[in-house]
Amino acid sequence: MNAHSATGTSPLISLRNVTKVYGQGQAAMHALRGIDIDIAPGDFVAMMGPSGSGKSTCMNILGCLDTPTAGSYRFEGVEVGALSRNQRALLRRNFIGFVFQGFNLLARTSALENVELPLIYRGIPLIRRHTRACEALAAVGLSGWESHSSSELSGGQQQRVAIARALVTEPAVLLADEPTGNLDTARSLEIMELLKRCNGEQGITIVMVTHEAEMAAFARRVVHFLDGRVAGEQPGGTG
Amino acid sequence: MLWNALLLALREIRRNLMRSTLTMLGIVIGVASVVVMVNLGSGATAQVSAQIASLGSNLLMVRTGQRLGFGQRSEAKDFHIGDVEAVASEVGGIAAVAPAASQAMTAIYGNRNWSTTITGSDNNFFPVGNWTLAKGREFSSGELRAGASVCILGDSVRKELFGSQQALNEKLRINKLSCQVIGLLAAKGQSAGGRNQDDLVMIPLRAFWRRVAGNQDVQMMYVSARAGVSTAKVQRDIELLLRERRHIAENEDDDFNVHDMKEVAEALTGTTRVLTTLLGAVAAVSLLVGGIGIMNIMLVSVTERTREIGIRLAIGALEREVLLQFLVEAVVLSSFGGLLGILLAIATTYVLATLLGMPVLLDPGTMLLAFLFSAAVGVIFGFFPARKAARQDPIEALRYE
Repeated sequence: MNAHSATGTSPLISLRNVTKVYGQGQAAMHALRGIDIDIAPGDFVAMMGPSGSGKSTCMNILGCLDTPTAGSYRFEGVEVGALSRNQRALLRRNFIGFVFQGFNLLARTSALENVELPLIYRGIPLIRRHTRACEALAAVGLSGWESHSSSELSGGQQQRVAIARALVTEPAVLLADEPTGNLDTARSLEIMELLKRCNGEQGITIVMVTHEAEMAAFARRVVHFLDGRVAGEQPGGTG
Repeated sequence: MLWNALLLALREIRRNLMRSTLTMLGIVIGVASVVVMVNLGSGATAQVSAQIASLGSNLLMVRTGQRLGFGQRSEAKDFHIGDVEAVASEVGGIAAVAPAASQAMTAIYGNRNWSTTITGSDNNFFPVGNWTLAKGREFSSGELRAGASVCILGDSVRKELFGSQQALNEKLRINKLSCQVIGLLAAKGQSAGGRNQDDLVMIPLRAFWRRVAGNQDVQMMYVSARAGVSTAKVQRDIELLLRERRHIAENEDDDFNVHDMKEVAEALTGTTRVLTTLLGAVAAVSLLVGGIGIMNIMLVSVTERTREIGIRLAIGALEREVLLQFLVEAVVLSSFGGLLGILLAIATTYVLATLLGMPVLLDPGTMLLAFLFSAAVGVIFGFFPARKAARQDPIEALRYE
């Protein structure tokens, strides 16, 4: 698997005519009305659009948290729509890292234990787990904060812990849902620099949802969503 | 996977120490009450058995009259000494027969007096009734034959009349009879019926006939069967013999009564055992309530931790891993509570048994059972909340505020 090569020709993620409908009949709500997106390994894609344009739904589908109503979603060539709930959980565990707007760290739990969590589910033994979690925290600039619980960390620091948690498993793709939505501009720029460095130096594929053009400018590609469709695409600041 | 679940569960318990402790409390109390009840119950049963054994082994009591109801007996003529001799010589499987005639009277020594029971009997009375002498001697054959004025005192009588004074060889007065103390019985304590067995004065049967009763009647016979002999058979033989000697017609009921103490013993231990079971069952209800408490807290916990569950599921936890984590949490809580409950029960049993003057009996089987039951409570009442946690939709769970 060449997930970390930016030059790979076969796409890591491939959406073909993906639709998502919530509800039925008159009450049916079309969240996605046929989306085609290809994301190559090592890419950095920002998804923009107004509320209700379908970017979050798209993100949930990309993260294998949700399945498309129709259309095809291939991850590494595997049709995700055909997978069971457990198989999708294993896909998330082994290939996908999540960063959320609300950080979503475990409360009353140290930064280290938060970062260790995905490694526990992967069955990594204690000592290796510990080392890797410390390394991941160091990589996001949080050496020395290992034993602090989330309530003792600032928002920016919490989001760094969340990024460390997402990256500690060395996922094929990092999915970030408005990672800077709860942060001030200075903190947001720091986080974006961090993500950009992960993408540039480690070649991690990143897909990010954002409202702010300033943040989207860090990506290589910016995809615009409108009414459940891809309205257009433009290269980002680094593209 | 189980090891991981245990690790995650222990972290979770530590994170919510207060809540975990309160949850455990229900189980602690439930297990403790079950174990204490059963321990005290078996202590009581053991005590009753010991008391019955103190009456004498394989003891049969033969009385005149038939029991009519509560404390009432029908009138019937007393036994004769010939009946006692006949039972001793004609009924097989008998170790000893002691005749007894008694009357409530006041014993006087110096300026003290004490109402007690004067019993006339012979030396068979001691082995049959499981009595031992603490001091002094039994009656001599000469004393028995002549009906000499000598007596042997029960421990309560000695205490009441003599206190710390030397009682042996002193003379005490019973009515007009002045008799010398030749022996002191070792204390036996209360009987199973709550009667003080040590409250008695023994004199030779002939002395009783001549000096106290003024007749030659025998009110009771204490019969001890030989070891290994069926008391039921001895009882039947005695009944047949006495019917014949007392000229009871075929169609008439017995006007006497043979009482097998083994039956009484069995009835009494049976009663305490039933009582133990009953108390244990009542206590088990509190264990059940403790289990419902665990389910309650776990359900609240699942709701409260919806976001956390969402995070775990998003990170890639399988449904069964989340289920196992919550289940293990419940089981760890309940079995740890069970362990604490057993420790509490041991301490409580010691204190209560000491206060009640009962033997301390710790039944390891009951304690193991209570522990296993508490763990089972965790599995049963933890399962529903755990399944609820595992079946959450990760998207909904992450959005939960």
